[in-house]
Amino acid sequence: MKILVPLKRVADPDNANKVKVNAGKIETTGLEWKPNPFDEYAVETALRLTENGANPKARLGEVIVVTFGPKETETTLRGALATGADKAIRIDATDEQLDGDVVARALKALIEKEKPDLVLAGKQAVDGDSNQVGQLLAEYLGWPQATFAGTIKSEDDKALVVGREVDGGTINLKVTLPAVVTVDLRIVAPTSVSSKHSPAHKYPEGVRFAALMAIMAAKKKPLTEIKLADLVSDAALKITYTGFELPPARKAGIKVTSVPELVEKLKSEAKAL
Amino acid sequence: MPNILVIAEMLDGKVRKSTHSAITFARNAGGTFSILVLGQGAKAAAAEVTGFGAQKVLVCDDPYLANPVAERFAPTIAAVAKSGFDVVAVTASSFGKDVAPRVAGKLGAGYAPDISGVKDEGGKLVYKRPVFAGNAYATCTINTPVQVVSARQSEFSAAEPSGGASPVEDVALAAKDAAAERIEYLGLSAAKSERPDLGEARVIVAGGRALKEQFATVLDPLANLLGAAVGASRAACDAGYAPAELQVGQTGRVVAPRLYFAIGISGAIQHLAGMKGSKTIVAINKDPDAPIFQVADYGLVADLFNAVPELVTELKKATG
Repeated sequence: MKILVPLKRVADPDNANKVKVNAGKIETTGLEWKPNPFDEYAVETALRLTENGANPKARLGEVIVVTFGPKETETTLRGALATGADKAIRIDATDEQLDGDVVARALKALIEKEKPDLVLAGKQAVDGDSNQVGQLLAEYLGWPQATFAGTIKSEDDKALVVGREVDGGTINLKVTLPAVVTVDLRIVAPTSVSSKHSPAHKYPEGVRFAALMAIMAAKKKPLTEIKLADLVSDAALKITYTGFELPPARKAGIKVTSVPELVEKLKSEAKAL
Repeated sequence: MPNILVIAEMLDGKVRKSTHSAITFARNAGGTFSILVLGQGAKAAAAEVTGFGAQKVLVCDDPYLANPVAERFAPTIAAVAKSGFDVVAVTASSFGKDVAPRVAGKLGAGYAPDISGVKDEGGKLVYKRPVFAGNAYATCTINTPVQVVSARQSEFSAAEPSGGASPVEDVALAAKDAAAERIEYLGLSAAKSERPDLGEARVIVAGGRALKEQFATVLDPLANLLGAAVGASRAACDAGYAPAELQVGQTGRVVAPRLYFAIGISGAIQHLAGMKGSKTIVAINKDPDAPIFQVADYGLVADLFNAVPELVTELKKATG
């Protein structure tokens, strides 16, 4: 199976409480860049789906990782290559040239050349929290989609059974490839992804780490650059961000010393009962 | 003045209450709005939304729409949108978030996801939306003539009926998407619960990993007493103490009840992103330095295994 995974770098989500706004813009200096966690889960999912249990060194298929950004975003791609992806593509662009729609249109053009069987994407990037590129891309390609995947089972490489995590439960879909699947966090639980080629062992929780040897080897894996303008002729953005602000701070709370005091406060002060 | 098409979401032959948030969005945006009810049994369900002041309630009742499959719904939503609407609005439920971008793609429309506010500034709609897990709010505008938005349920409170009776009109099912042929709906597995939905509950009792295997035995009496929904932190779900659909946070549900109990929850950013909008937050945790206390209105440093049963007893006394 040939799988394409779009990958975005984001300001370290674990430091999101340090987000600063300066003159209506997000201040990015001093923030550490990391791959979007949901995209890392998508890479891990792609690696599991192409795993060859009988011969772990020979992947069954190909995993292509793609990012949009300036030269320094290649660090993110090299990271994915080190964990096992086969090749990488950087679409040269600045943040100001991009919105979810441009990204989806550019990916569509790229996919028509690369012809993957499956696009695996994170359900959302944890900076913009937009949750739209996978669905838009599927629409533009005329492909089916399965969003918020918590489980994926591949039986014959032609179709996937996907468990989608939705409000109040799980929806199971069978989707015929080619298709777009966006992944949620439980996709990296030990038994969430399986195919008939899966290894006998269970996976550890979470995404795999790159070994030092693999990091060295990743430097030799193919990484190509494509100009954004070579993929999209219409550069118009559909959404314009005009400003950012911090949320209003919550009024400082108090500590109560006993359960009766808590109940009294809830009743007479907060009037929440 | 925008003419807005509100998409109603259906479940088991009824209009989901989450739809009322999209109606509130339409009212806040000004202008006029109609409601599109689509699904199997939509004709009967339409009566549930004729009292909200919509110009029309449009109905597409077809067995093809029996299950929530985006590829089946998007063509009809887009076709109706083309009949004179400026904005298509859904509630940002898992259904809304799944289908809205496909509708935007069909219409060549810009899409503002998960918005928390809307203002009409000189004839242009200006949207506010949380980014960075709610650690910042962005202001944005859409540059296309037709716009698609999803409204955050926790920020647009459920609309109340305003009286009147909107006329009901049938609309045709649009030509089917080829992509829909490649999706087979196998079913929804959901834990049956008598409790209110997390998105609609006035009170939520949420627990963390500290509860261990006693998650239900400790929290259920409190939730039952208060008629509350039960929520959980990611850690509690990951550890298997609570089912995944109870998860509150950036992954999981975003909620804003009147009263939120965080019990044995440390308060990771991902969790706070899902409940910070609650009106009153109570935290019970034995670690006095837990970050949850920074957002709690009332914090109690205590062993939850003693404090929660005591809370049940005291609440029974206080509420008679």
